[in-house]
Amino acid sequence: MIAHGSTSPSLQLTHEGRLKHFLTLDGLDRAMLTAILDTADSFIEVGERTIKKVPLLRGRTVVNLFFESSTRTRSTFELAAKRLSADVLNLDINTSATSKGESLSDTLLNLEAMASDMFVVRHSQSGAPHFIAETVTPGVAIINAGDGRHAHPTQAMLDMLTIRQHKGGFEGLKVAVVGDILHSRVARSQIRALNTLGVAEVRVIAPATLLPRDIESLGCKVEYDMSHGMRDLDVVIMLRLQLERMEGALLPSEREFYRLYGLNQEKLSLAKPDCIVMHPGPINRGVEIESEVADGSQSVILNQVTNGIAVRMAVMSMAMSGQVSERVKARPAEVRT
Amino acid sequence: MTADSLTISGVRLVTGAGISEQTTTILIRDGRIAGFDKVAEAEAVDRTLVADGCYLSPGFIDLCCNLREPGNGQKGDIFSETRAAAKGGFTTVCSTPDSSPVNDSGAVTHLIRDTAASRSPVHVRPIGAATRGLEGELLSDMVGLSTAGCVAFSNASHVFANARVLRRCMAYAQTFGYTLMLQPTNAALAAGGFAHDGMVTARLGLSGVPEVAETTAVSELLLLAEETGVQLHLSQVSTARAVEMVAEAQHRGVAVSADVAMHQLVFTEQALAGFDSRFHVNPPLRSEADRQGLLAGVRAGVIAAIVSQHQPHDPAAKRAPLGETAAGLSTVESVLSMGLMLVADGELQLTELIRALTTGPSGILQESPAELKVGEPADLCLFDPTLTWLSDGAGIHSTGKHVPLPQQALPGAVRYTFCAGRQAWPLD
Repeated sequence: MIAHGSTSPSLQLTHEGRLKHFLTLDGLDRAMLTAILDTADSFIEVGERTIKKVPLLRGRTVVNLFFESSTRTRSTFELAAKRLSADVLNLDINTSATSKGESLSDTLLNLEAMASDMFVVRHSQSGAPHFIAETVTPGVAIINAGDGRHAHPTQAMLDMLTIRQHKGGFEGLKVAVVGDILHSRVARSQIRALNTLGVAEVRVIAPATLLPRDIESLGCKVEYDMSHGMRDLDVVIMLRLQLERMEGALLPSEREFYRLYGLNQEKLSLAKPDCIVMHPGPINRGVEIESEVADGSQSVILNQVTNGIAVRMAVMSMAMSGQVSERVKARPAEVRT
Repeated sequence: MTADSLTISGVRLVTGAGISEQTTTILIRDGRIAGFDKVAEAEAVDRTLVADGCYLSPGFIDLCCNLREPGNGQKGDIFSETRAAAKGGFTTVCSTPDSSPVNDSGAVTHLIRDTAASRSPVHVRPIGAATRGLEGELLSDMVGLSTAGCVAFSNASHVFANARVLRRCMAYAQTFGYTLMLQPTNAALAAGGFAHDGMVTARLGLSGVPEVAETTAVSELLLLAEETGVQLHLSQVSTARAVEMVAEAQHRGVAVSADVAMHQLVFTEQALAGFDSRFHVNPPLRSEADRQGLLAGVRAGVIAAIVSQHQPHDPAAKRAPLGETAAGLSTVESVLSMGLMLVADGELQLTELIRALTTGPSGILQESPAELKVGEPADLCLFDPTLTWLSDGAGIHSTGKHVPLPQQALPGAVRYTFCAGRQAWPLD
């Protein structure tokens, strides 16, 4: 039989193993994830200065290519790029080119003609950033800002940064992700990151209709019963429930979902007393999480937002410098041909 | 190149029944096999071919080949795709009815046959649409289509509106002894999906087509076929469970046959792991256990035919994020090579491979068996199992360049294809 590997590591790594795109956490080792977290830590300090800028991307053009609308993620990417001193162009493709029938390849060709250095991509199709990374001119870095149900690696890394800040590390931690795993790119990236960083156990808590088939193969345990799943947890991550899930007969009602899988103080009390509560936002209060818990002392939801800017600065600067190092290496070859 | 008489010497004959121990000389005269060895060697002929080390097989028969004509010239046409088929060793291709317009009228069937008569080096056997416009609601004029030259009926990858239409379609086809070739898919369970619902979809977040989308449909088709008595052929089964169900039905005496696409025997869901749009196929590539079950089905003869399920596309159709690409691989030139790779890996015997490409499909078409006997039409494939070739760029004759195994030397190059005694490959 002919074997086919997963995403070839060369797509997002240079020959020396440096990051040049940031598409997925698959294929990135613990050292790389730790380097991202360490770099992000150093950028947190930048956000606390009066002049919140470093010149790492000065003269570079970053294009926020959002094929799916998003206010929060795009804002933090924009802020991150600006703190790195880049020029930023925001393109809401939803309402422009593709609705006129232009193909993604053609849109990309046009944007490349503007001499962009980095595309931050959000797309409703899983794998769209991979496709773009394979298609664009070498030298342009692609950052995945969320693709379909596949991955949201910067969100997962900011969650990891938050966990590390509160728990000091990952060893021995028991972490649960609760809710709509099936449709969640965030959950897939989190499960990968947690396993790579070496937590003791990852659980997913949801009814079978909201779990992908063979989810265990990603390295997690399935729990249908939330009370059981909450035991001994150090971290609980709640996912947003899209209200349209009721229509596809995946769930009977919001009320029943909240009763069974919503996080309230009573269920939280089953976890370790210092268990932290996370949520990638935006929150549906009373659907997946009780207000008192979301705003309570164990909640770190707002820390996540702050960390989002630092993680995005880290990933953008690392990918840009990876591209530069590869370009320097490639130059002699160009002379030869 | 034409030659009224021809001998090919130094070959070993291979059919579904066996491989000759000795090398043989074969004589072809007036489009038919006219003799072997001493008879052949005694003949004064127009042309002689020495083919030491090669195998001579009956020409391959493909039950599922999309020629894209009429209507989809940017993806391919009868001229390009039948040349590709001849290069792959095929001497008969059954064209799928999902052309534009759909092959649901005698006029379209005649158009395909007339074009093929002047432009194709191999036999083209059109498959008619089972329902009008493939819409799954009204029956097509099956008798008219059959008279025009359709050899069987299919609804391509389109679904029937409901089980009542399906049952009536079967009963009508049965009345006239026609074979219905149906791809088993439960549309509601497959809706929106384009990859096997399993480990890879879990990781990549792709919309899955569960195994039960196929098996529930197989179950329904088998029960209806048993009741109506139609000759049912299941096209491109992809799951191990479906093979078991077909075997059980055959054992019970249900008139059912099945085929599998060659790429299902070679690849699994893992081929999509890097979002490679070439491997977006329908039905999707499934698990390793399914692949093993399909191979076992071919070995046991439960699956009588291996097809190319050739689906050429223009490059733009495959150049997009995976979920927005068109389904299908360009395979007709690589079927033999993929099969020989399975033989080299010990997963299939050479005779089992040749059977599934010759007598298996001829039986399903209710035609005389494709054999190497005196008096039979000289539809032949001469291939060198050790000669390798590159299925890249200029080496590919199909308009569809999305081949399964680019940039590697594939075993088993077809040296010559003869169709009714005429050289169909290579062509000048």
